[in-house]
Amino acid sequence: MAVAALEQEILSLRKRRQLYSLIGLLLVVAVLASGYSKSNEMNSGGFLQGLSKFFDYPGEIVVEAWEAGPAFFGLIVRFMPAMLETLNIAGVATLLGGAMAVILAMASTRNVDSWGPLIPVVRRMMDIMRAFPELIIALFLIFVLGSSPVPAMIAVAFHTAGALGKLFSEVNENIDRKPIEGLSACGASWLQRIRYAVMPQVAPNYLSYFLLRLEINVRASAILGFVGAGGIGQELRRTIGWGKGAGDETAAIFVLLFLTIMLIDQLSSYLRGKLVGASRAH
Amino acid sequence: MSIDALNEPAFDRHAIIQNVRRRAWVTVAAPFAILLYLIYTWFAFDVADLLSRAQPERAAILATDSVAYKIHVTKLLRRDIMEVAIEGERRASYDAANMPDWVKVDGTDAFVDLGKGYEVQITGKVMEFSVPDYGVLKVTATSNGVQTELPPGPVPDWISDKPKKFNARPTLDRRVQVTRTKIEVHNYFGGWENFWFPFHSELYGMPFSQLWALALSNDRIDPSQSNMSLIMHEFLENPDWQHGEIFNALFETIMMAVLGTLTAAFFGLPLAFLAARNFTPSRLLRFGTRRLFDFLRGIDMLIWSLIFIRAFGLGPLTGALAIAFTDTGSLGKLFSEALENIDNRQVEGVRATGASQIQRYRFGVIPQILPVFVSQVLYYLESNTRSATVIGALGAGGIGLMLVETMKTSRDWENTSYIIILTIVVVIAMDQASGWLRRRLIEGK
Repeated sequence: MAVAALEQEILSLRKRRQLYSLIGLLLVVAVLASGYSKSNEMNSGGFLQGLSKFFDYPGEIVVEAWEAGPAFFGLIVRFMPAMLETLNIAGVATLLGGAMAVILAMASTRNVDSWGPLIPVVRRMMDIMRAFPELIIALFLIFVLGSSPVPAMIAVAFHTAGALGKLFSEVNENIDRKPIEGLSACGASWLQRIRYAVMPQVAPNYLSYFLLRLEINVRASAILGFVGAGGIGQELRRTIGWGKGAGDETAAIFVLLFLTIMLIDQLSSYLRGKLVGASRAH
Repeated sequence: MSIDALNEPAFDRHAIIQNVRRRAWVTVAAPFAILLYLIYTWFAFDVADLLSRAQPERAAILATDSVAYKIHVTKLLRRDIMEVAIEGERRASYDAANMPDWVKVDGTDAFVDLGKGYEVQITGKVMEFSVPDYGVLKVTATSNGVQTELPPGPVPDWISDKPKKFNARPTLDRRVQVTRTKIEVHNYFGGWENFWFPFHSELYGMPFSQLWALALSNDRIDPSQSNMSLIMHEFLENPDWQHGEIFNALFETIMMAVLGTLTAAFFGLPLAFLAARNFTPSRLLRFGTRRLFDFLRGIDMLIWSLIFIRAFGLGPLTGALAIAFTDTGSLGKLFSEALENIDNRQVEGVRATGASQIQRYRFGVIPQILPVFVSQVLYYLESNTRSATVIGALGAGGIGLMLVETMKTSRDWENTSYIIILTIVVVIAMDQASGWLRRRLIEGK
């Protein structure tokens, strides 16, 4: 009797759950459908006209690149300094932001004995740093400092500090507290505990997140260049702005950007695989 | 076993010492290499030159201007008229009956009291500006420029006296300008002017309680529409702030992020099955799908946006497609990794009950990857809200483009700061919403 009632209840619960999932799914489909029809209206060029033109532009630059012949590789080499500048923006931003993030993470995790009252303050601070779109900081700094890679670097570093800070503090939360307790038992100061008990545990994970962020930041700095922060983005803006005639240069930049991003991507996922493997082996 | 045997090291002493040496070397070399890199970039970015060219006063102007507005008292010499207007806008000019109490207009002459002893008298083509602790500046507009008579002694740096244009700003909130054609006095006040309603609207300066009563009352101000819709209309169409257009742009940006992410998830999931080793035996198919993911991700949002802007023009569709293309690659890769890591025992358990292929997927596989799926999609939604502002700035429209444009005109910084505040509020709101959803869907509360 009791079993039958229980079964009945389970069945009704399951029915209700299925209903909820169905409603959720329908909601997503409705958002997609209405969103696309609405945005099709709002767009200056419609979807169907655009579709026929979709391959025009890529086709155009491929043809121009083909016509350029072997000189095309010369173009790729010519844009390498600009690409290097973009990589430098990302590199410095990730280094500075990462260093900042370590400090923020150490100040915002109860598990590593951060100073209590500071924890919620630093957490909110990181939330705000993460929420600030890089574009806004970059545009503001470009206005004050003039067109240069530094505004983009600061903007990306600011965002990185918040984003990595959060991930790092999550890593801190999952460490083993025994080494910390062992060190405090022999009278180690807070800095010594962080250095000898926390850092060795978290370093592989930190590095892995750091590499992932570097990859994201290379993409972000390329985009910020387009709004005036130097590097490959700025070159792209120039060649695209010319309209017809610079298609081969645009194609060269596209190829260079694609290759660099792929390279960084593969390298970082290889290194991350090694790091995670190493930390698992311990 | 004797004690002595325990003392014998059971490991290779040489290897350990070498290991320690290597570590010590890395500990010293890594910070040194980073330092070298930073020094190199200091010169590569030309930071010294940048610092010398920086214009910190621009930041000060931006900061004051974004929290203050000014009222212009302008005498147009050619037409010989006196105008008092907020930000010098014709549509926000005071009529003669309702002048602010610090301006006394007498025909085409005026006396302006800027407070704390700063006073301006405009008579004909002559402006006399008395500054406490300094004296009276007398500036006359002539047919080919300006003529100035300053008090004796060195000229302070807040005066810029050029033959064509005289400009004096003794404090941050008081300023006079004289050219051949006009005499202009700016008086600054804190706050955002005309924020709710246009200056000449019936609703201008009405307190909130009165507005509320008006919205509910049946006596129409404008017979053709209800008070409620009049209030909404006047607010959204406010020409100084363009609330309607800004809200529209924000909506476009959110739409880009939501549509783009959902579409990417929609296509990424089935493709992920094709790229996962345990679901697709064909090596060729797997290889092809994985390279497709790499390609979509490698092209990057920047290039996709530029291509789509060319094809589809300005609007949310462009941004949504750019996000969808890039993230189909990223999400597909993540999902396929999650699929490869699933526990096969659950699938086998379902199979043992005689389940069909579809049932095995539905009850053996989907429940395992659903948490990863939902949390990754929500993470991407969050970060795509920020990306959508950047894509907008590249030319896809939405709030990003609006921000770039108001910054370029650099006229009314309060509009820029308004847009910035709204953008950040939207990003934080999306962040909170997705965090809330993630908690509900994955942790069940």
